[in-house]
Amino acid sequence: MKNNVIEIDHLSTYFYTEEGAVKAVNDVSLRIREGETVCIVGESGCGKSVTAMSIMGLVEEPSGKVVDGRIHFEGRDLLRIDKHELRQIRGNDIAMIFQEPMSSLNPVLTIGMQVMEPLMEHQKLSKKEARKRAIELVELVGISRPEQIVDSYPHELSGGMLQRIMIAIAISCNPKLLIADEPTTALDVTIQAQILDMLRQIKEESNTSILLITHDLGVVAEIADYVIVMYSGKIVEEGDVVELFEHPLHPYTQGLLRSKPIIGQRQDELYSIPGQVPNPLELKESCYFYDRCEHCMSICRTQQPVLHSRAGRQKVACWLYEEGVSHG
Amino acid sequence: MSSITGGLADTKQTAASPIRSSLWRQAFRRLRKNKLAMAGLAFIVFMFLVCFFGPLFSPYANNKINPAIMNQAPSFKHWLGTDLLGRDVLTRLLQAGRISLTVGIASMIISVIIGSILGAVAAYYRGIVDQIIMRIADLLLTIPSLPILFILGALLSEWKVPVEYRMYIVMLMLSFVGWPGLARLVRSQMLTIREREYMQAAIVLGLNDRRKLFNHMIPNIVPLLIVISTLSIGGAILSESVLSFFGLGVMPPTPTWGNMIDAANNLIDFEQHPWLWIPPGVAIFTTVIAINIFGDGLRDVLDPKQKK
Ligand SMILES: Nc1ncnc2c1ncn2[C@@H]1O[C@H](COP(=O)(O)OP(=O)(O)O)[C@@H](O)[C@H]1O
Ligand code: SF4
Ligand SMILES: [Mg+2]
Repeated sequence: MKNNVIEIDHLSTYFYTEEGAVKAVNDVSLRIREGETVCIVGESGCGKSVTAMSIMGLVEEPSGKVVDGRIHFEGRDLLRIDKHELRQIRGNDIAMIFQEPMSSLNPVLTIGMQVMEPLMEHQKLSKKEARKRAIELVELVGISRPEQIVDSYPHELSGGMLQRIMIAIAISCNPKLLIADEPTTALDVTIQAQILDMLRQIKEESNTSILLITHDLGVVAEIADYVIVMYSGKIVEEGDVVELFEHPLHPYTQGLLRSKPIIGQRQDELYSIPGQVPNPLELKESCYFYDRCEHCMSICRTQQPVLHSRAGRQKVACWLYEEGVSHG
Repeated sequence: MSSITGGLADTKQTAASPIRSSLWRQAFRRLRKNKLAMAGLAFIVFMFLVCFFGPLFSPYANNKINPAIMNQAPSFKHWLGTDLLGRDVLTRLLQAGRISLTVGIASMIISVIIGSILGAVAAYYRGIVDQIIMRIADLLLTIPSLPILFILGALLSEWKVPVEYRMYIVMLMLSFVGWPGLARLVRSQMLTIREREYMQAAIVLGLNDRRKLFNHMIPNIVPLLIVISTLSIGGAILSESVLSFFGLGVMPPTPTWGNMIDAANNLIDFEQHPWLWIPPGVAIFTTVIAINIFGDGLRDVLDPKQKK
């Protein structure tokens, strides 16, 4: 069995708003193996981005705080190392790509400079070497005329090209883990496919582990090895992609899969899960999905189901699969 | 990794055709279209050239005192007349311009440096550092700057600072009252930039503080700084003139526009010898107006809020 690159245990991240605490990430544990692509899926607001932000140490006090948990990476706990150590890991061992390539690049710096910076910072390359490497990287992500592109500014390039540049920057220091938060959401469908292909190639050629965040099951099907389904800050189901797509256990996962259009199959109307995500300020001890669940039982309203292992690597948090719970 | 082309990759990349049309060049192209701003700039350049090179061609540049020709009206020989010591007013006007422009620009540069460093540091580190810097700035901002300058100027006279150093001390005085406003402005801009997504990206890249501050944050406020510093030159020239007029700034024999007007501070000179005070007055007025018009033009092309 392959080693885990990162192990996250019982991560909880809260935001403190005027109306109360929002449990954006609530007791989330996950591990990613070497060369594995793990996808986190779930509706908007379920805590996917905050999970990524917590890993990268981007949650800023006092408005938000990682209240509990451990993030093991190469024998260290990212939540408990000093700033300096964390800075050496960021951009070097763990890299991140954001949703909006347009706003993730600094408008007043040339593309080249932005690709060169982490190389000079982490790999200690000279300016000249970094520029040479930057041109190679820009070429590597499939952009022609790289010598000219490195001297241009972000507003001169298209969104798809900028996202390629972001990928070039992210892979510049050969990270062990690449976190991509909705990397294709802001792009055209054809460009989306290209970006996903590129991520897949990175994974295959340099054995990089990828944590990909998306709300699009199509993306998951394309690229994931392992899937984590989140709902209201908690993991409700996880498993290998094939297992999970073939035998979704949690009613929420089943709903998500039903609402995904199947290529080549005509559907009169796209299914969508009825109801709404509960208000994060009003969560109480219950299954957070109960008011949208067609299988809801009395216990679901009063007790929270715990994530338990099923066959293979699959896990689910739902009372339907607990022994001794009366179904009715 | 041989090459990651991502399947269909590299289809069309026409977006970047006029590559290297740098941000600055685009701004200057737009600036050139603004006639008023260009007229302001032309006047400023003209003022600089005549002030710095004009005296070289004047036969009166040695400022010799000549009681025989004191207070003469403008004539073919002395275009703007002579002053009460018989010196050529035009030559002195240009020499004064050198000093006034130099003081204006130098004090602007000093206050921009101090103001932007302190503002940036306050915004970047926040907490106690921010508190200390901004409380001092607030304190200085609550007192109007002219009274502060008057008190400082009076102290200089009291301490008998040698006349030849006063010019430099006046520069420092003007910077002293100029930096707090700049620091506050830079700080608020930096706080907005801090929240931008590209700053998150810079954190995620593990860049060190120096790179984040000097490569990512400061370049984003440079356009604003250029506008503000241009406009503040006008203010500094005006303050210097006021101080010198009241005999609290740069003192004769070093000429400045302000202390030239002071030469006509009695009613007789004011009425009978208008060539003593009208030329420096007009010089101050037109120069400050030109600088402000040019600064406004710069604001139109450089201010980030106007960019899409
Ligand atoms: N800075 C913040 N302040 C307060 N609440 C936040 C903040 N960032 C995220 N949240 C809340 O945390 C929850 C999860 O957000 P997020 O992880 O961004 O969702 P998504 O799964 O769409 O990426 C949401 O309810 C959101 O309102
Ligand atoms: S625990 Fe109950 S309410 Fe929640 S998903 Fe399972 S069956 Fe539905
Ligand atoms: Mg998100």
